[in-house]
Amino acid sequence: MRAPLSWIRDYVDLPAEVNAEELAHELTALGLKLEALEKPGEDITGPLVVGRVLTMEPEPQKNGKTINWCTVDVGDANGTGEPQGIVCGAHNFAPGDLVVVVLPGAVLPGGFEISARKTYGHLSAGMICSSRELGLGDDHEGIIVLPADAGKPGDDVFELLHLRDEVIEFEINPDRAYALSLRGIAREAALARSVPFTDPAARPVPEANGDGYPVVVDDADGCPVFVTRTVTGFDPAAPTPSWMSRRLFLAGMRPISLGVDVTNYVMLELGQPIHGYDGDKLAGPIRVRRATEGERLRTLDGVDRTLSSEDLLITDDSGPIGLAGVMGGETTELSGTTTHVVIEAAHFDPVSIFRTQKRHKLPSEASKRFERGVDPKLPAYASQRVAELLTTYGGGTVEPGATQVGTAPSRPQIRIATDLPARVTGMEIDAATTVANLQAVGCRVEVDGAELTAVPPSWRPDLNDPFDLVEEVARIVGYDQVPSILPTATSGRGLSREQRLRRRVGRTLAGAGCVEVLSFPFVGDAAFDALGLPAEDVLRHTVRLANPLSSEDPSYTTTLLPGLLRAAGRNLGRGAPGVALFETGTVAFPADRGPAPIYGVERRPTVDELATLLEALPEQPLHLAVVLAGERERSGWWGAGREAGWSDAIGVVRRLGDELGVEVTVDAAARMPWHPGRCARVSLGGDELGHAGELHPRVCQAFGLPPRTAVAEIDLDVLMRHARDVVPGPQFSTYPVAKEDVALVVATSVTAAAVEAALREGAGELLESIRLFDVYTGDQVGAGHKSLAFALRFRAPDRTLTEQETAAARDAAVALAAERTGAVQRA
Amino acid sequence: MSGPNSDYDPVEVTPLKPEEVEAARDAALAAIGAATDLEGLKRVRIEHTGDRSPLALANREIGALPPQARKEAGQRIGQARGAVNKALAERQAVLEVEHEERMLVEETVDVTLPTDRVAAGARHPITTGSERIADVFLAMGWEVAEGPVIEAEWLNFDALNLGADHPARTMQDTFWTEPQDQGIVLRTHTSPVQARTMLTRTPPIYVVCPGRVFRTDEYDATHSPMFHQVEGLVVDEGITMAHLKGTLDHFAESMFGEGITTRFRPSYFPFTEPSAEVDLVCFVCRGAAGVVESCRTCRGEGWIEWGGCGMVNPRVLRACGVDPERFTGFAFGMGIDRTLMFRHAIEDLRGFFEGDVRFTTAFGTEI
Ligand SMILES: [Zn+2]
Repeated sequence: MRAPLSWIRDYVDLPAEVNAEELAHELTALGLKLEALEKPGEDITGPLVVGRVLTMEPEPQKNGKTINWCTVDVGDANGTGEPQGIVCGAHNFAPGDLVVVVLPGAVLPGGFEISARKTYGHLSAGMICSSRELGLGDDHEGIIVLPADAGKPGDDVFELLHLRDEVIEFEINPDRAYALSLRGIAREAALARSVPFTDPAARPVPEANGDGYPVVVDDADGCPVFVTRTVTGFDPAAPTPSWMSRRLFLAGMRPISLGVDVTNYVMLELGQPIHGYDGDKLAGPIRVRRATEGERLRTLDGVDRTLSSEDLLITDDSGPIGLAGVMGGETTELSGTTTHVVIEAAHFDPVSIFRTQKRHKLPSEASKRFERGVDPKLPAYASQRVAELLTTYGGGTVEPGATQVGTAPSRPQIRIATDLPARVTGMEIDAATTVANLQAVGCRVEVDGAELTAVPPSWRPDLNDPFDLVEEVARIVGYDQVPSILPTATSGRGLSREQRLRRRVGRTLAGAGCVEVLSFPFVGDAAFDALGLPAEDVLRHTVRLANPLSSEDPSYTTTLLPGLLRAAGRNLGRGAPGVALFETGTVAFPADRGPAPIYGVERRPTVDELATLLEALPEQPLHLAVVLAGERERSGWWGAGREAGWSDAIGVVRRLGDELGVEVTVDAAARMPWHPGRCARVSLGGDELGHAGELHPRVCQAFGLPPRTAVAEIDLDVLMRHARDVVPGPQFSTYPVAKEDVALVVATSVTAAAVEAALREGAGELLESIRLFDVYTGDQVGAGHKSLAFALRFRAPDRTLTEQETAAARDAAVALAAERTGAVQRA
Repeated sequence: MSGPNSDYDPVEVTPLKPEEVEAARDAALAAIGAATDLEGLKRVRIEHTGDRSPLALANREIGALPPQARKEAGQRIGQARGAVNKALAERQAVLEVEHEERMLVEETVDVTLPTDRVAAGARHPITTGSERIADVFLAMGWEVAEGPVIEAEWLNFDALNLGADHPARTMQDTFWTEPQDQGIVLRTHTSPVQARTMLTRTPPIYVVCPGRVFRTDEYDATHSPMFHQVEGLVVDEGITMAHLKGTLDHFAESMFGEGITTRFRPSYFPFTEPSAEVDLVCFVCRGAAGVVESCRTCRGEGWIEWGGCGMVNPRVLRACGVDPERFTGFAFGMGIDRTLMFRHAIEDLRGFFEGDVRFTTAFGTEI
């Protein structure tokens, strides 16, 4: 809401020295937030005066233009009293007209310095100004021609044209609808400065009578108040007075015609949206009713609209003529021939207006006010004000008929303890202050012992609850008076195990050289295709968004890989020789368990209701994904580096398991987007954790990543379930260790994990650890075979093992491996 | 070796002659002195004290002497061997020191060579920033509450006094899941976590809720469809706006340093009443005259807009099953991304979400 300071001053007795900046800060402290400050006209310096055109000689030029060589009487403003010779390119004036002349030495907006200069063969000593050149508007049809009675040559025009002002733009919160008017802003200004306020709405109005334009309201809930007034004999060609168009312009509205400008002016002044009809185009009484489904209306913006049965309509015998409170229709609008004006000032149900505006995507100055709540007592006063302004500047007669259907609803009584503001804010606010402040915002207050009853004023539909009153009292006392006291919490229990685990996971991965990224979780078929997911893949069954930002990514993602792979590509594209990234984030799988109900808010939902609500939400497991691409270890003076590969991805998952003391089981698997021969299913105690390994070459290609790029994606919720809370203190033997190495030849298809498991089981309790330290394929073991070398360490808790005991354990291990996997010990 | 003497007739045993013994000793001592390294000394040791050395051989001849002569010869040999061994030990010590010194010199490397075989990893500044914030509140005995990002409409809006026809709903451009009448949204703020907390715990409640939120904003330098918030919620008996102010002042000082406090401006949020916007003393210029005018962080205001707060609206308490007659509460919320942007002078929000490791690793260094 843009408010010119001069306009605010009309209703508040502000000392002359108060400037816009000061006032804006005071109002910000009261809750009207300063958005921007403008000082129009500040960049203009005179002389800028009234001139009378004495002569004008049209002179055609070689370039096809015709210029006018004029002499203009500027009185004594030029110091000589002689006529001023000026070249002017406009043609919308004649000798005898009063115009605005800027003389040499003046500066116009944009730092444009005026001087006498030779042009088109003349010495042009100044300029005849257009509105645009003075920053008064964007009208550039020609120069400004002043009314004949505007003044005499040489008069200063700063005042005349209202050139200088200060405009405060406020950001108005949705609860302060009353401040979407100069009336409301001035009221707050008076409050801020403790000075008298003159209510612009307070004016004599005729008693409502049945003689105005007839109105029938079929839906009193949607339209509690409807007032019509009529002006006849109006001159549609009458100009808008310059002060009014100047104020409209400064308030951010474009002057159009006197009829329209007056309705807009009164809306800005009082906050009451007004609609003007051409009375000669109305057929029969105005009727307010709900639309029938599918009914049509062509609104002022030229759009043909199909209506819903929830839309509140203004109609006449011809059918719909307006969307109530949102936008009028084309057929009855004020036009250049309107002499009979019917003024509508009505009050509409905020919810109805809000829904219609949303349904038709038609936010307007009117709907913005109605949906937030307009003072329902305004229609009679606002319509009177419109009628007076129309006749004052456009002639004609205000008809005595004043139709009013309905009355303003009464305001609730709010009962509070007088010390409630003090108890809620922690400020020292006594009962007298509470009462005074409530009265200052317009409440009627009655004190009854330790309690009071307040009836809010008609213009404050936002005041309904006790705490609403607390805010009113507190903001006037001043939020800067709130003391600062740290509350004492009741002993928390620290982070939850999930929170601790997440921190641990992040630190482990960072410690392993991975960099965390955060990607947008939006995904679409293109990404799934790039991952090579088959049509029936579970990851393609997504939670879809009704209004995605991009139609290419219409779903909440089921996998973190697309975002992560794109980030990897971005880094490599920017010259990184290698990249190791990780991300933790939720993914979503549809629950397909019906809608989440919308309950009331008067009470807590029951346990069952709450359970129904929560069950309807998608599954949202927390995932961790890692990508390793390109150089994993750098080459350097120490030797060659190493490219990332499948084992790095599996290694990261194993490392996490080691960090958390859980044993990750790794099995060969085949699942897109992984290379079918280099994909591991990782699990914990039979629960699938996820997959890790090398990306399928086609996927590397699709994402523009180097061959052998390795990725892992696991479900951290599964890890969370298996992570240990309490680790028992370890017991270990201090007797000497006995080491045995065995090399076993097995078929290529036998996994190292299978051989290791057999060895481990066969070795029995004396085995302390086992570790694969070499894999050999080649002539010595023959085609289709490989040799796996394991280092076994044996130790007893209570004695030094004998050679025979160690050998027996080793032999038992080898025997079981031979039985289970066909392993043959290498000589 | 000579055969044993059977009678006392001093037989001349040549190696045991004093002059022979002295000659052997002197030869050994000379060799020891001449040894220049540990290898050489080892050879000298074998040559002059080994089984086949003159002194060893001489020692073996003692048995051939008549008993009366053995003592004297034994002493002579013993002294000679003692002198040699002592010299050897001394020389050994000297040479070892020399050897060590030489080795240390020879093994010198260029310690300025690079050692970065694996590049450093880092956690994301939003992650570490959220944890840092959480830690401030944990230290006060609060807990960290969390909830899902895909949330029930009722929890995201209605329970927070944002009914279906509330104009403020349009200010939060919401992602809806399909079909739109399912009542499920991507949460537009972390406030549903507050509702969940009140629905599942009984007061006193002291929680802070950092998390990811979504709005249908176009992606540019200051807007993102995904960003992060942290909210705080306290519900207890006798809680006032003064406690809210105290908490935010403490939070501000913990994040931005001593003396960085907050101010309140009246504002409007459906879930709080009274409501306030929170400004932070500009931690760069501190609003000091002469500095504030040219401050880029606060654009000459001396204050930075930080977030919103207020006393929990009794309507919200009621919907969440908390008795508003007995308990009052406060809530506050601010953008984590935005907080980090001005804390670290980050100009473009998109840096957080691009995944460029150069951005993130820089933050990984913060203690
Ligand atoms: Zn500053």
